[in-house]
Amino acid sequence: MQSNLFNLTWEPIDVQQVIDKVVDRNCGAIATFLGTVREMTAGKKTLQLEYQAYEPMAVKTLAQIGEEVQRKWPGANVAITHRLGTLGISDVAVVVAVSSPHRKPAYEANAYIMERIKEMVPIWKKEFWEDGTQWIGDQRETTSHEEEGNR
Amino acid sequence: MIQVLLFARIQEEVGADRVEADVAGKSIKELKRWMEDRYEVPSLARTMTAVNEEFAGDEEVINEGDTVAFIPPVSGG
Repeated sequence: MQSNLFNLTWEPIDVQQVIDKVVDRNCGAIATFLGTVREMTAGKKTLQLEYQAYEPMAVKTLAQIGEEVQRKWPGANVAITHRLGTLGISDVAVVVAVSSPHRKPAYEANAYIMERIKEMVPIWKKEFWEDGTQWIGDQRETTSHEEEGNR
Repeated sequence: MIQVLLFARIQEEVGADRVEADVAGKSIKELKRWMEDRYEVPSLARTMTAVNEEFAGDEEVINEGDTVAFIPPVSGG
């Protein structure tokens, strides 16, 4: 696999560039997912987000997820780019592109990849709300580290 | 010396993105105790850990020169 299929960037993501990496003459489908910054979560207003990563391990883990996809959906191609640093509302935080010969595996693999990212890739999101900040602590994006400790 | 990398909330609690620990030959579990004794961090008992960029269990023994990272619950995507 090309080494630049899985990367992290501190700049705005060029979505087309991620899609171009999975273009394949034998694939008739490309499913692209964009994760974007949401303003309102359960009545709380987000002003901005900050993403941090354990960069070398995050890239390695994204590549491992790519290998899982190729085992589960042979013939699929995967490219993932995750942004780091400070993001504003509606900015693109992550782009996942999957191509496959037919459309169903592309949809399925794309959804699988996002679940795995939220489970195991060492990337963290800090929310900046109107009334404070908090590192977000689980993949459901609802519980902070502090709340977990108090459970 | 062992490099211990810290991220997200743990990084803010310790006030550094890495610390050095003289814990070669000890287990991850012992390193967690070492951290809790020295820094104002909540229990690390359930915090995931990586050794040299691979997830590692509490019983794994740390060798001289290893890089250990505490991985609080992730929230990418």
